Amino acid sequence: MERSRPIRVVVAKPGLDGHDRGAKVIVQALRDAGMEVIYTGLHQTPQQIARVALQEDADVVGLSILSGAHEALCQAVIGELRGQGLEEVVVIAGGTIHAKDVPKLKAMGVKEVFGAGSKFEDVARAIEAHVHGAAATDRPVADAG
Amino acid sequence: MDNRATARLEAGIRQFQAGRDSGLARLITLVESSPELADGVFSRIGESSVPCHVIGFTGPPGAGKSTLVSSVTTVLRDEGRRVGIVAVDPTSPFSGGAMLGDRIRMERHYLDPGVFIRSLATRGGIGGLSPATKDVIKLMRAFGFDTILVETVGVGQTELDVMAAVDTVAVVLVPEAGDSIQAMKAGLMEIADVFVVNKADRPGGREFKSALRAMLGLAQQRGPWEPPVLATQADRDVGSAEVMAAINRHARYLRESGELEIRRLLREERELLDMAFAHLGNRWKALKGRPEWAELATRVISRRVGVDRFLKAIADSA
Repeated sequence: MERSRPIRVVVAKPGLDGHDRGAKVIVQALRDAGMEVIYTGLHQTPQQIARVALQEDADVVGLSILSGAHEALCQAVIGELRGQGLEEVVVIAGGTIHAKDVPKLKAMGVKEVFGAGSKFEDVARAIEAHVHGAAATDRPVADAG
Repeated sequence: MDNRATARLEAGIRQFQAGRDSGLARLITLVESSPELADGVFSRIGESSVPCHVIGFTGPPGAGKSTLVSSVTTVLRDEGRRVGIVAVDPTSPFSGGAMLGDRIRMERHYLDPGVFIRSLATRGGIGGLSPATKDVIKLMRAFGFDTILVETVGVGQTELDVMAAVDTVAVVLVPEAGDSIQAMKAGLMEIADVFVVNKADRPGGREFKSALRAMLGLAQQRGPWEPPVLATQADRDVGSAEVMAAINRHARYLRESGELEIRRLLREERELLDMAFAHLGNRWKALKGRPEWAELATRVISRRVGVDRFLKAIADSA
């Protein structure tokens, strides 16, 4: 019997933009939603993010990107994750991302994209749906009874 | 356990035995979330023959524990040692979530294959560590690390679990920690094998260091080891090599004096009781909903039924 455990989320700031207010707010919101959130800090390379996700056995990697380089960065992070054998990790992105870019991000494997104005509850609910959906697999919800 | 969980366990053990970090990461998750699986895991992964020293870093919030751990890790890596780091941060008592931010200070080691960093949330632990910390240390030991650094949550004066989990305790303080009266208090100040005054360049740094030394001179020694007081500026890597040298001296002292063995026995006794309590707690959770058990509990609490009969009833209910 595996007991229900908190979802583990790595929140990362890839690339060169130096603004992490949004990332920190999301960290706090997900913590308040009952998740264990690991924040990597600023200016992370895709390799660093993948390695953190591996060591922390993350269920989710959330990328906060305000630089406009979301296509290249998401692609690179997903590539590194797959390269580490982390196919099951759910990747989501947030930040200043134009709606027209969303289909491209989803096509490369980003499960959700949250722009400015997104509600915390929606982010948390989407994460829960993806993780529990993907992992009726290794994450049975609480013991019956 | 369903098939997927079994598959995950098997994959984890296979990767662990192949020396892959992903195996260690997965098994940590397993023993942390499913303590009942831990026995099975440990009996299968075996033990490492590499001698291993486990060092705890504890102290108040904001003392610079994470930064010091990172700086000490650099010293250890220069010596060619392989380092496992366990960094504990508090679980929210309200949401059950946690923000695990210690590793931000350890960024320079993210890509070093000789360093493995794992963040743990306390998940109900109230002594500065999480209930699974000791099992996580055991996994890292079995994985072949020769040095394991354990960073507690920011502690007050009485969260002292680290003492029972590691070989050497470093207590990290800052000059603002207070005057000599604070230094004379019991608890945290008594468990240190090494004292580190971090941010020692701040006002009052020298005075605090000498107050600490004076206090130690007056205190009753627990043994022949006198805890040294070291000054650091961990964010600039100043003093970390000296801290590690003092810890290495302590490691040698532990071996040569026989205290390593004494501490190991005490630790094992504590661990045995912790395991027994945890097991009892789980059994009780499964039983307590039933009226006859609730009634028995009331009678035990009011002292009309002995605890021994209560324990026997639980054991017999298996």
